[in-house]
Amino acid sequence: MPDTPQARISPDTVAKVARLARLDVSSAEVDRLTNQLAGMLEHFADIDALDLAATEPMTQPYPLVNVMRDDVVKPSLDRDEVLAAAPAAEDGRFRVPPIIGLEG
Amino acid sequence: MIDGYELVVGLEVHVELATATKLFSASANRFGDDPNTHIDPVTLGLPGALPVLNRQAVEFAMRIGLALNCTVQACTFHRKNYFYPDMPKAYQISQYDVPLNVDGWLELPGGKRIGIERAHLEEDTGKSTHIGGTGGRIHGSDYSLIDFNRAGVPLVEIVGRPDIATPDEAKQYVTELRQILVAIGASDAKMEEGSMRCDANVSVRKPGAPLGTRCEIKNVNSVRSLGRAIEYEARRQIALIEGGEKVRQETRHWDETDGRTHTLRTKEDADDYRYFLEPDLVPLAPEAVWIDAVRAALPMLPRERRARLSSATGAPADGEAVMVVVERGQDDYVLAVASAGADASRALVHVKEAYAEQGAVPSVPAADLARMIVLETSGKLTSTQAKIVLAEIMANGGGDAEKIAAAKGFEAMDTSALEAMVDEVIAAQADAWAKYCAGEEKAMGALVGAIMKASKGKADGKAVTALLQSKRG
Repeated sequence: MPDTPQARISPDTVAKVARLARLDVSSAEVDRLTNQLAGMLEHFADIDALDLAATEPMTQPYPLVNVMRDDVVKPSLDRDEVLAAAPAAEDGRFRVPPIIGLEG
Repeated sequence: MIDGYELVVGLEVHVELATATKLFSASANRFGDDPNTHIDPVTLGLPGALPVLNRQAVEFAMRIGLALNCTVQACTFHRKNYFYPDMPKAYQISQYDVPLNVDGWLELPGGKRIGIERAHLEEDTGKSTHIGGTGGRIHGSDYSLIDFNRAGVPLVEIVGRPDIATPDEAKQYVTELRQILVAIGASDAKMEEGSMRCDANVSVRKPGAPLGTRCEIKNVNSVRSLGRAIEYEARRQIALIEGGEKVRQETRHWDETDGRTHTLRTKEDADDYRYFLEPDLVPLAPEAVWIDAVRAALPMLPRERRARLSSATGAPADGEAVMVVVERGQDDYVLAVASAGADASRALVHVKEAYAEQGAVPSVPAADLARMIVLETSGKLTSTQAKIVLAEIMANGGGDAEKIAAAKGFEAMDTSALEAMVDEVIAAQADAWAKYCAGEEKAMGALVGAIMKASKGKADGKAVTALLQSKRG
């Protein structure tokens, strides 16, 4: 198979990624997104074509490492205020729908 | 080996670090408080909140890595994406392809080394309580309540290599790991409180065969259940294979009440967490000078403490007495009793037997126990009397063994008095003595019994035996 963008990403992959991200995507949208994502991957293929042997790998654009804080407690948010903003609360806790079935 | 099958077990242990605050925010890291009293924008995943790494958590994680003989390296953080209400960001910040600690090992008391693949930093999730349905179980519950106090608490996940071959080795591994974690102060490592949690990957195979399909066992809440769960799971898999069926790769839940594992979820569709680099955190690259300082500050580890106590007392390093006393942290005390002039092996025995309720710093001054042991080893107290005197010393948090012995009427029975008594009994029990001299070892029991009776229990059984043996020649 030629190494075309379409070969890099399939509608099935797009549908799966959408499902994992809990996105409700119609089949027409899957086709459109597959083409768009294929286009993006094509751009990465351009980068792949460059000779980067002499370039250091970069995990972050910032020239920083070891940004840390001291282990000192600061006040917590007010629980009642936070829970008042939640859709439902009970007994000092967030109340959520039954969990089973949500798992990917 | 069970029924001709080899077990292959790898353990993943999560430990909560003993920091004051969470991994990426300044809320308190504290167990058992009112729900949702240690929450902040980062913990709750509020928009715009940014994580900042806790230096102390990194230091504890490095201690763990170094104590487990790992290489500490420059590393990165990743997002592990999945939806679950106990994790409001919809991702967990963890480490993925480049973790902080790699390639170490843990040595079991008997000397076998279990490989450590990695020990990485990550954040804990909140705690869900399932309401309605049957008995707080997730299945059939009506709704769940979430407490985020634990969300964001720093964890180190220690991933062991599948080098464990028996349930007992798994128990030893976790016990040893727990002791190391407590010794280095990185975690209180309490399985019953969940600050140390253990998942077991279990598979079986015929010797020499390729690795079998593994199942991951969760919800193991004690060292004892770990052994039981592995044993049950291995037998379940063997029964499947022997019955011509296949083991399915799945996550199983250990149920303490029925002593079985149950399917939690199958992994036909392998977990797809879509890991990617955490854009809100920069890389962590501990400088060599920091790593060296953490290494230099590590305390003596349990294995070294056992070796030290073993060489001082002559007892085996993986024997019960040494293991128990080091686990209680009383080895320094035993050595102090020995340096106060007492026989180290007697000190070990007394501390092991009498000090179960005492902490690492027993209430009895080492010198007081030492004086009691000197009386015992010089024959002035029998071992039974020694125990009585020690009990009295312990009840008073110390005391002069000689005075207590005198007050209890434990008169010193000196060797010549004992010898005279032995001679009298030999004369009175000529038959038994003749049999004993003819090599009938059983006859000695009658002689010793008669001597103990004559001495009203004050003679030391060991001294009597030695005297009889020397008189027989």
